[in-house]
Amino acid sequence: MHDANANRAAQTFVPLAASAVLVNPVGLHARPSVKLTQCAKGFVAKIEIALAADGPWTDAKSPVKVMRVKAPQGATLHFRVAGPDGDAALAAMLALVHDGFGEA
Amino acid sequence: MGEIHLTGHPASPGLAIGPVAVLTRAVASRAAKDDPAQEAAALKAAIEGAAAELAELIATVHGEAAEILEFQVAMLGDDALAESAYEAIVAGTAADDAWRAALDAEVAGYRAADEEYFRARAADLVDIRDRVLAGLNGTSAIAKISGDSVVTGDDISPSTFLAVDWTRGGAIALASGSPSSHVAMLARSRGAPMVVGLGPLPWNGQPPSLALVDGDAGTVIFDPQPETRRLFEQRLAAANAARIAADAGRLKPALTADGRCIAVLLNVAAPEDLAGLDPAICDGIGLVRTEFLFEGSRGLPDEDAQYAVYRRILEWAGGRPVTIRTLDAGGDKPIPGVTVDGERNPFLGLRGIRLSLARPEVFRVQLRALCRAAVHGTLKVMLPMVAIPTEFDRANAMLDAEFDALKAEGIACARPPLGIMVEIPSAALCAEDFAAAFYSIGSNDLTQYTMAAARDIGAVADLNDAGHPAVLALIARTVEAGRKRGAEVSLCGDAAADTRLTSALLATGLTVLSVSPIAVARLKAVIARETA
Repeated sequence: MHDANANRAAQTFVPLAASAVLVNPVGLHARPSVKLTQCAKGFVAKIEIALAADGPWTDAKSPVKVMRVKAPQGATLHFRVAGPDGDAALAAMLALVHDGFGEA
Repeated sequence: MGEIHLTGHPASPGLAIGPVAVLTRAVASRAAKDDPAQEAAALKAAIEGAAAELAELIATVHGEAAEILEFQVAMLGDDALAESAYEAIVAGTAADDAWRAALDAEVAGYRAADEEYFRARAADLVDIRDRVLAGLNGTSAIAKISGDSVVTGDDISPSTFLAVDWTRGGAIALASGSPSSHVAMLARSRGAPMVVGLGPLPWNGQPPSLALVDGDAGTVIFDPQPETRRLFEQRLAAANAARIAADAGRLKPALTADGRCIAVLLNVAAPEDLAGLDPAICDGIGLVRTEFLFEGSRGLPDEDAQYAVYRRILEWAGGRPVTIRTLDAGGDKPIPGVTVDGERNPFLGLRGIRLSLARPEVFRVQLRALCRAAVHGTLKVMLPMVAIPTEFDRANAMLDAEFDALKAEGIACARPPLGIMVEIPSAALCAEDFAAAFYSIGSNDLTQYTMAAARDIGAVADLNDAGHPAVLALIARTVEAGRKRGAEVSLCGDAAADTRLTSALLATGLTVLSVSPIAVARLKAVIARETA
């Protein structure tokens, strides 16, 4: 029930897109992946990441899937966000990446 | 049986001797129910049980160890991990087989990764796999290992490592494994010697009883002859005595056995590196990297922000010389908004001083901040990646211009001496042609540009040898140029902290070495044994 509503809500929002370069050493590794997914789970919006602007897209709320991306340092991480709190979610994601996940 | 010598890769330094403890894989003995619903429930319970065990373990550790376990908890808490296992169970597979297949596929994905770091995460996934399997089988996940043992096996899981009391002198010797693994990081921070990549362990059935581990050389000797063991025990005793003496000698100036005075300086990547350090352990700071100022989300740092940081470091040094390197971005250090993306070979591209000269609006801000900070101590400014004298001359003119401008504005400032880093063979060969106030040899880049081999590419890492005669000849040539011109020459790369190279480096005539704070005690102790 809730999921269905969330999906419907997401579809009515225009997806937001942005990208940022991974500056922290060794890229999106274990600790940053955990931080990224924890942050993403704090939002209702559907949040996805990819290494290219046209995907393939990965659910940013799943640490297992985010780790499968194996994004190295220097890679450009693309975000696609859709949902009622999309703006805030995208800003939070970009801030995390820019800050090197606090380990720059 | 004769003694067995194996050579692998060093993952954590130090020497150890101890009884061999072989890591064995528990054999599954589980009676599967023929009911997919019951099997799914068993897997769910085992996953939740494993997460609960990890949560308990996290409460007993901190820092890096806790973060590693938190990663495992996050992975276990993600339904995506067991998704394919549940699908297989519905199709009739037993819970343990389904889970093992799902995790083995995940592990294979990590092992196939391009980056060493991601390949090393396979050990964490294996750890998760085995913990849940142990739960399904109703056995204990972690073998009890005594902390004085040499733990051997294919690889060791973080959970197993954390269950051992490493203060008792044990070590780790692995057939595979990686220096980038979580366990290797933990071993280094806990002082447990570790060697990885030994290859297949050459015994069937009866394992050896004793092992000697040399975590500096990356070698292991199993079942040593009495004489081999006696010699190793002497080295171990000497190493222990040296460590105790080194800690005591950290505050004293570095003198060789024949009385030459060697200046030992610090390499600093961020002001936090200096927290809690006594300036008396060093003769100054030989390298302050400034890249940290340019990373992060706040955009490029303004003049005041840079000035405040430089001033803080100069004040810490209390009059001792401090060499600050201007921005060394590019190569393996991309900085958004400054470096160029998509270069085919960034190490041969727009990096270091080349980038600063191409982005004068960024460079000028740093030069102004440095001139203002120079009034608070003994500041020297160093340019990275200089290849030809023109680059130095242009930067020198820009430094003059910024100093003059500040003076004209009535702002307190001083004109620091400007030197170059010698890390490109052209600069070493023609060092005399530069009007530099000093030279600082960056041995990491000098080695990789001389040998044409990167140290982080495993297949060619052996060629990346700072002790190669060609690299040493370039160092000697730079020292000679400095002597002729009356300009100081120092060395600030990792070679300075590699005590196997100390004799060779001092033989080139070097008298100034710059190392990370943790290496100071060991380097001073080695210098004290040197004779000409």
